[in-house]
Amino acid sequence: MPVIRVDVEYLPGVEDPEAITILKNLKILGYDTITETRTAKSYEFRIEGKLEEARSTVDEIASKILTNPVIQKYSLQVVDP
Amino acid sequence: MEGTNNEYEAFQSFTRVGLDPEFIHLNDLRFKRIDLSEYSAIFLPGGFSAGDYIRAGVIFARRLADTSLQDLKRFQDEGKPIIGVCNGFQVLTETGMLPGWGDGISREIVLAPNDSSRYECRYTFITMEARNPLLSHGMSLKIPYLIPVAHAEGKIRIINPDKNLKKLEDNNQILFRYSTPEGSEGGYPWNPNGSISSIAAISNGDGNVIGLMPHPERLFYHYTNADRSRYGEVAVGQRFFTSIREYIVMKGF
Repeated sequence: MPVIRVDVEYLPGVEDPEAITILKNLKILGYDTITETRTAKSYEFRIEGKLEEARSTVDEIASKILTNPVIQKYSLQVVDP
Repeated sequence: MEGTNNEYEAFQSFTRVGLDPEFIHLNDLRFKRIDLSEYSAIFLPGGFSAGDYIRAGVIFARRLADTSLQDLKRFQDEGKPIIGVCNGFQVLTETGMLPGWGDGISREIVLAPNDSSRYECRYTFITMEARNPLLSHGMSLKIPYLIPVAHAEGKIRIINPDKNLKKLEDNNQILFRYSTPEGSEGGYPWNPNGSISSIAAISNGDGNVIGLMPHPERLFYHYTNADRSRYGEVAVGQRFFTSIREYIVMKGF
């Protein structure tokens, strides 16, 4: 059964308040060498059927529900064909 | 829908102005237990529907659209009020009913996490920026109203802002802006989330679909106002819901 991963991240230029907060606090904790933090969310789907159909289903879910194109982009990765 | 809040305050607010509200569950729509066309107005409450997982309001929006998008569009085309507060606003943007420029999914606007990266739960002020058919019987332009906000994802972001912010303004779709107590545009904390152009509420082009982040249903009576002597005898919620009643009665919905 195919397993497909979707990674959703903010588009470049979109503020990521969670990442900003994490970065600020890492600096307070002494991690001075870190210059940037980005967060992303990862979803994994195990789907019945053939890989191509599974990929197209996940692509539809990712574009219609998981991502808002105003602020986010996504990428698909086949974890297990 | 699981995870809504303030629906009882909204129910009470409609009752207090003399209307006869009913709670409708998403499953009532899904199993066709009710007919939306028999109602005069729809109020989508705030909260954290489905835990606000994925993005605030998106699961509520998809489920609502899946069962009733055509009925909602008919409702909207008839000029009946559709009001989304807080999470309800997020639902309306996720369904594409706001700003309502495309057919179905128009995603020019999204409510993103607050600049402060915090849940902002407190008072601020809003001023009405555009004449709106639903609110013209109880609220006035350019008057600052004290109102509660309570959200973590209320920052309005607009795709292609140079073009689309102007389009919102030209269409009179910017309904409320956050303001200082004097009514001028201020930064944080008056604008609690960093919304572009301090926008607190927008409507569709006809004005009958309204999305607002603040909670008028939480401040109906003046004695729950923070400072009654300063902010008067009629609180923002009473004005808001009275005006909607007047619109419904006038239109004969």
